[in-house]
Amino acid sequence: MSSESPGILYCHCTYAQVIDPAVKAAVLRKLCDSGQSFEAVADLCEMAARQDPALKRLAGGETVKIAACFPRAVKWLFASAGAPLDPARTEVLNMRDRPEADVSARLAAPDLQPNLPTGKTTAADAPKPGASSGH
Amino acid sequence: MALRDQSYLRVVLYEGNDAEPLASESRFDAVSRLLNQGFALTRVGVGGRTAPADDRPALVLGQFRAGLEPNALSTENVRVKNISGLTGEQIAGAVESRRVEQKAVQHGGWKPWFPVIDYDRCTNCMQCLSFCLFGVYGADREGHILVQSQDNCKTNCPACSRVCPEAAIMFPKYKAGPINGDEVKDSDLQREKMKVDISALLGGDIYSMLRVRSERAQSRFSKERDSDKALTERQKCLTKLAAAGDIPPEVLMSLPSPEEIMRRAEEAKAKAQAALAAQK
Ligand code: SF4
Ligand code: SF4
Repeated sequence: MSSESPGILYCHCTYAQVIDPAVKAAVLRKLCDSGQSFEAVADLCEMAARQDPALKRLAGGETVKIAACFPRAVKWLFASAGAPLDPARTEVLNMRDRPEADVSARLAAPDLQPNLPTGKTTAADAPKPGASSGH
Repeated sequence: MALRDQSYLRVVLYEGNDAEPLASESRFDAVSRLLNQGFALTRVGVGGRTAPADDRPALVLGQFRAGLEPNALSTENVRVKNISGLTGEQIAGAVESRRVEQKAVQHGGWKPWFPVIDYDRCTNCMQCLSFCLFGVYGADREGHILVQSQDNCKTNCPACSRVCPEAAIMFPKYKAGPINGDEVKDSDLQREKMKVDISALLGGDIYSMLRVRSERAQSRFSKERDSDKALTERQKCLTKLAAAGDIPPEVLMSLPSPEEIMRRAEEAKAKAQAALAAQK
């Protein structure tokens, strides 16, 4: 097992029909057949709402490629669960608007092309869930 | 039980050393079924990295080679199961039984629909907090806006994203950008800004509009004793709101009474004011 190759996280977006099922199926099938280790989750949104501690584990690796939806949504979903992604170490592959072949090719590629949007606030600086004042 | 207090089961499909890889079709079938049932899964193959083990219950599935006794490898928290010869359906059934045994969360009971704030855009104006009647928003100790009760959000209702002047509120499962997380373009921002004040679009404050409509309906009700008419009146009002704010009619129909709406609106306003005061 190489510690150089980025980890892979696939989101199946189980509880909505926003990603073409044919795209999801083709990406997942290629991943399954690749022999690669990977993490697959039913629905990142659901995990974020539950503040599933697994998100910290998934975000905390060295580098990660995430096949899900829009990078801006993925960035702030993880942040909302107290598991900010490192913009320098994360590449999000958008299955909502990129062809399946592109997503699969990027998942298989050994390099990482970080693409989280950056702005005035780092995800780590954002208000922390659980720190509610009870207002 | 609150969403955040539930426990869950980690499933590991082991195809590394000492295990026979599954046939391509069986693997895809098993993985797809588990994801469709709401489970998260780690596939351990011959290369690549996976997230480290943690202390939550896990079920390790594999076609283990002869001589490896799954029971001997199991611990209280980590159960190892030989899946040689099992169909995808049987594998999914075994995982579900383990979930029940562990009293882990049953997925799929709730569509994960809730706002996600883009803090790169948010100016902490608290309009969303004052707008939401369902207590979805709150503030941290420093007075920063937070989404604090995701499961209070009304499924498929993106109304609060319409009141955000900065297009900072996303619903990742929404159909269109920028609410779904797609980039915010200048033209979007103009459009969102135009929608800032839903009440302006409707020609009045929505809460008072609901109240006035309700009063009118009530007085007619008392005169005519025609409950259908009162309901039709409310429906008409809600339909207008739905068209203006992209709010599903069923969500609007489940709104509390106008009096309760007023009470909650006051409460939300007070919360927002307290949060704004805390920022100073
Ligand atoms: S993160 Fe995106 S792809 Fe994943 S469940 Fe949420 S909306 Fe679907
Ligand atoms: S309305 Fe928008 S900008 Fe204002 S606090 Fe809410 S998310 Fe932030």
